[in-house]
Amino acid sequence: MSLAAQSHGFLSPTGVEITFLLVGLVTLGAALVTVTTRRLVHAALWLVVALGGLAVEYLLLTAEFIAWVQVLIYVGSVVVLLLFGLMLTRAPIGPSPDADSENRWVGLAVALAAAAALVWVVVDAFRTTYIDLDGAAQGTTEVTGQSLFRGWVLPFEALSVLLLAALVGAIVISRKTAEEETGPGGTAPVTPPRRTGPRSTGNGRRGITAAASAAARSRATTTPATAPEGEPGPAPETSNSQAIDGEAPGKGEEVPAKGEGAAKGGEAPGKGGDLAAKGEDAPAKREDAAAKGEDAPSKDEEGEQR
Amino acid sequence: MHLAYPAVLSALLFCTGLYGVLARRNAILVLMSVELMLNAVNLNLVAFDVWLAEAAEDTLHSGQALTLFTIAIAAAEIGIGLAIVLAVYRARGTSDVDRLRETAERGHPDGTGGSGADAGDPDGAGRNAADRTEAAA
Amino acid sequence: MTTTTLAVLVPLLPALGALAGLLLGRRAPGFVRPLAVLPTLTAGVLAVLVAVRQGGGAPVDAVRELTPTGSVPIELALHIDGFAALVAILVGLVATCVQLYSTGYLRDDPRYPSYAAIVSLFTSAMLLVVYSGDLMVLLVGWEIMGICSYFLVGHYWETPEARAASLKAFLVTKLGDVPFLIGLFALATETGSFRITRILGAVADGGLDHPTLIALLLLAGVAGKSAQFPLHTWLPDAMAGPTPVSALIHAATMVAAGVYFIARLLPVFTASRAALIVLALMAAVTMAGSALAALAQDDIKRVLAYSTIGQLGYMTGALAVGERGAAVFHLLAHGAFKALLFLAAGVIIHAAGTNSLAAMSRMPGLKSRVPDAYWTMTVALLALAALPPFSGFFSKEAVLGAAEHAATGHEGPVPGAAGWIVLVAGLFTALLTAAYATRLWLLTFHSPLARAAEEPGPLAEAAAGQEAAAEEARAHGHGKQPAVMNLVLWILAIPSLAFGLAVGTIPDWFDGHSLNPTLTTSVLGTGLALVGGLVTYGTWRHTTAMALRVPLGAVAVNRQEGAAAVEAEAITAHEPAYGDIAAAPDPADPGRLLLGPLHRHAVSGFHLDAVYSALFVRPVQLAAKVVRFLDREVVESYVRAAAVLPRWFGAAVRRAQTGNVQTYLSALFAGSAVLALAVVVLAHLNAGS
Repeated sequence: MSLAAQSHGFLSPTGVEITFLLVGLVTLGAALVTVTTRRLVHAALWLVVALGGLAVEYLLLTAEFIAWVQVLIYVGSVVVLLLFGLMLTRAPIGPSPDADSENRWVGLAVALAAAAALVWVVVDAFRTTYIDLDGAAQGTTEVTGQSLFRGWVLPFEALSVLLLAALVGAIVISRKTAEEETGPGGTAPVTPPRRTGPRSTGNGRRGITAAASAAARSRATTTPATAPEGEPGPAPETSNSQAIDGEAPGKGEEVPAKGEGAAKGGEAPGKGGDLAAKGEDAPAKREDAAAKGEDAPSKDEEGEQR
Repeated sequence: MHLAYPAVLSALLFCTGLYGVLARRNAILVLMSVELMLNAVNLNLVAFDVWLAEAAEDTLHSGQALTLFTIAIAAAEIGIGLAIVLAVYRARGTSDVDRLRETAERGHPDGTGGSGADAGDPDGAGRNAADRTEAAA
Repeated sequence: MTTTTLAVLVPLLPALGALAGLLLGRRAPGFVRPLAVLPTLTAGVLAVLVAVRQGGGAPVDAVRELTPTGSVPIELALHIDGFAALVAILVGLVATCVQLYSTGYLRDDPRYPSYAAIVSLFTSAMLLVVYSGDLMVLLVGWEIMGICSYFLVGHYWETPEARAASLKAFLVTKLGDVPFLIGLFALATETGSFRITRILGAVADGGLDHPTLIALLLLAGVAGKSAQFPLHTWLPDAMAGPTPVSALIHAATMVAAGVYFIARLLPVFTASRAALIVLALMAAVTMAGSALAALAQDDIKRVLAYSTIGQLGYMTGALAVGERGAAVFHLLAHGAFKALLFLAAGVIIHAAGTNSLAAMSRMPGLKSRVPDAYWTMTVALLALAALPPFSGFFSKEAVLGAAEHAATGHEGPVPGAAGWIVLVAGLFTALLTAAYATRLWLLTFHSPLARAAEEPGPLAEAAAGQEAAAEEARAHGHGKQPAVMNLVLWILAIPSLAFGLAVGTIPDWFDGHSLNPTLTTSVLGTGLALVGGLVTYGTWRHTTAMALRVPLGAVAVNRQEGAAAVEAEAITAHEPAYGDIAAAPDPADPGRLLLGPLHRHAVSGFHLDAVYSALFVRPVQLAAKVVRFLDREVVESYVRAAAVLPRWFGAAVRRAQTGNVQTYLSALFAGSAVLALAVVVLAHLNAGS
């Protein structure tokens, strides 16, 4: 170390160092804009700049494989995912004045203190340490591949399991929430109807029609003789009110004895179907959704994530 | 190259991300700031790996391997994080971190905190009601 | 079965009956009455069998040591001599009668099952005391009796009188029991055993170093239990309990336990002349004072309670002159006729709807409504007044004869002074006893209104009003006694009448001294009793006219209810109606004229309660106030401060719990930064130095 320190003065930068410094300044600036801008989408775009700058820094440090991975995964997928997230949460396109919370000044103070401490310590410790980049590149695909598959096979495989678990977890989390979604506003009531209806006419009506179809299905299963599968459900106007009834939590469980009403409704299908649907939509719907609604929402979520 | 350059850059990036985590209101912006912090760590790992490979004849390249792992884990994290943010947004109607305060300690002298279901979400109920009337119409 | 087995069964059966009664009381109400009566009855029969087998001969002794208990062994021991056998028969008889009577008296009482079980338990404990040959086992029965008395006095716990009376009874008897316990320990330490036979043997050998101290300590417990001056004040108040309880516990048996205890350990007492003098003084004061107080009471049961205290005074007097045969003889006779008096009083209270003599004296026709009670009570009152053919005469003459013997004989360990004290007080009390018995009899059964109603005039209207009330009461079926209650009265009337005939054979069961009445005391005692009765009658004739002029009295209960409910309401109503629990402002009362200025003091039991209140109750209450003040203001402020400080801290910490994750994170990272900086700075300082 001391040899290197003597041969390379701290204030005698080489070309690589100058490049590193400039790119680093750009990266830092982009990062600062990312955390301060009031336009949320711009923040994501500035994040691309910062992450790309980091990729360049990796290249300058001869870690080319990591640089390309950085570009692929971060710039390619993570930022896209973040943009989707912004979209799905209806983030405003224009400047939003309340992008920063009241905690800003505390956060600033903490961040500055941490920066001061870290920079002081790092500079104090590695003031004289020098990296000799003139030798063989340390991060070529070959070198990285060899080290990965020689020394890190087991963690690598474990990581793949972890990725799988994360994938499944993300699906599960968003699928559960997807079941509760009623409309584009995301204003979910406590137990909304499922989004499993085959006759979805639009975003605003998805839940309603789903409830209606679920009701029709449940009626079909309870009285198969008089109401066969595929019988057209009640008119959408009546199903509206059914859906609202269905939104009241546990209504179906409170009147479980209405099953006899269901049988009656089956014999007089003209308007008795409404009764049947009202009486049993909650329990029947649950089973139906569990049985039938597996593919549709998970597909949706995968689409959102990719 | 002096090791101090990447190290200092990494420290500054980390603190920038830290500021973002602490100061940003939107949960997705917070996630972005977390990404910045993770990348700062990655830069550190790579720089030290290169230095150690030269100086200590390290052929295991643990720094780079760890960087790869970090990147993979970060991808998983962003996926799950976004799923959670979306779930929260659907349930609460907001993704603002400082409005999700159900765990706040209410000022009851007997120590029983309120349910606080709508304290962090003052307009969620209103929106629910509006949505319901819209559906009825 | 051997006599020992029989004797063990005697206390055991009522205990088992009590247990079964408590367990089954709620679930099987049909079994409660048989479970109450049958074990007690069987125990009584077995007690008779035991007595027949023992036959007044050598004492039956049986010992079993359950477990080693250290230096002084405690053993389950039976010691059945003539005293124990006969007292057990009395307990069995009275307990059976009372249980039978209670089936009628508390017929409609919802708490009858627990009541009957506690009476059974009490009977068992009393029989244990009677048969036990070990003082520790005796103490167990002694204390069980105390707690049963507490429960039974408080049977009408809805009324404040009963609550106060039960507490008072418990506390006052415990006040005596503490020195009693110490005395027992001292006795066992000096003689090396709790066994009565060994103790008596040691005393006979002169092995007692401090007889006076031990005797006085034991005397305190006896005074508490047997209601002797100065610890007698609980007994008149204990009349707030149901009448059968008063008959069994507070007249016939439990209060006699103290007398019986001294009779068993009499050699310990006769070893100390001072103790005998104290005993004699105690007996004399008790006798005379209680007789005076009895003359002034208005509540019929309080009259009987004071009379009980006086008769117990006779017994302790007999013990003070060293004649335990006379004491136990009087105990047996008194147990029978006093139980009868109480049970008859219960019938009368039920029929009259009041417990006030003043009210009864204005109630015509009571005699004809309860003829059984009238005749049996007359017999019992004659026995109480100690007129010749009745049992009380013989037993009381035995006491007086023994006192005369001790006063004139100057023999043995008994000091002559004790004999004189007992003799004079006994004769004086005989006069008073006859007086208050006559007063009770006249006021209860001989209303002048009955005669006044037959003559025209303004008085007849008042009489007619009373008559109408009584008629109405009868029309409602009120006052009809269950047959079993009257039957019991007649059963008990037999020993009251005829037990005196046993005077010839009874000494064989005891120490062998003749208990036949002597001429001098007989003539003196009977003469004084006749004088007392006649003077009271004359006074009554003189004052009874006033009863017609001053209407007084409140028939508190006039509904068709069980006897126990009637009595509870009568007790509760007495104080609001007459202004005092013990007295009534009745100018027609012959006792008022007889006692003159003493009447006011006699009513309140010579203000002993007030003295106790000033000496003990108020200081204790003051001390309690001080303690309460210290606790509330001093101690509690520390406690409160200990609570307030953490609450303030908690409030401060609670403010930090904003629910905002970013705030938490800020604090976390700030802390980390500070720590890191501290480490770096410290490392620099250390490196520099």
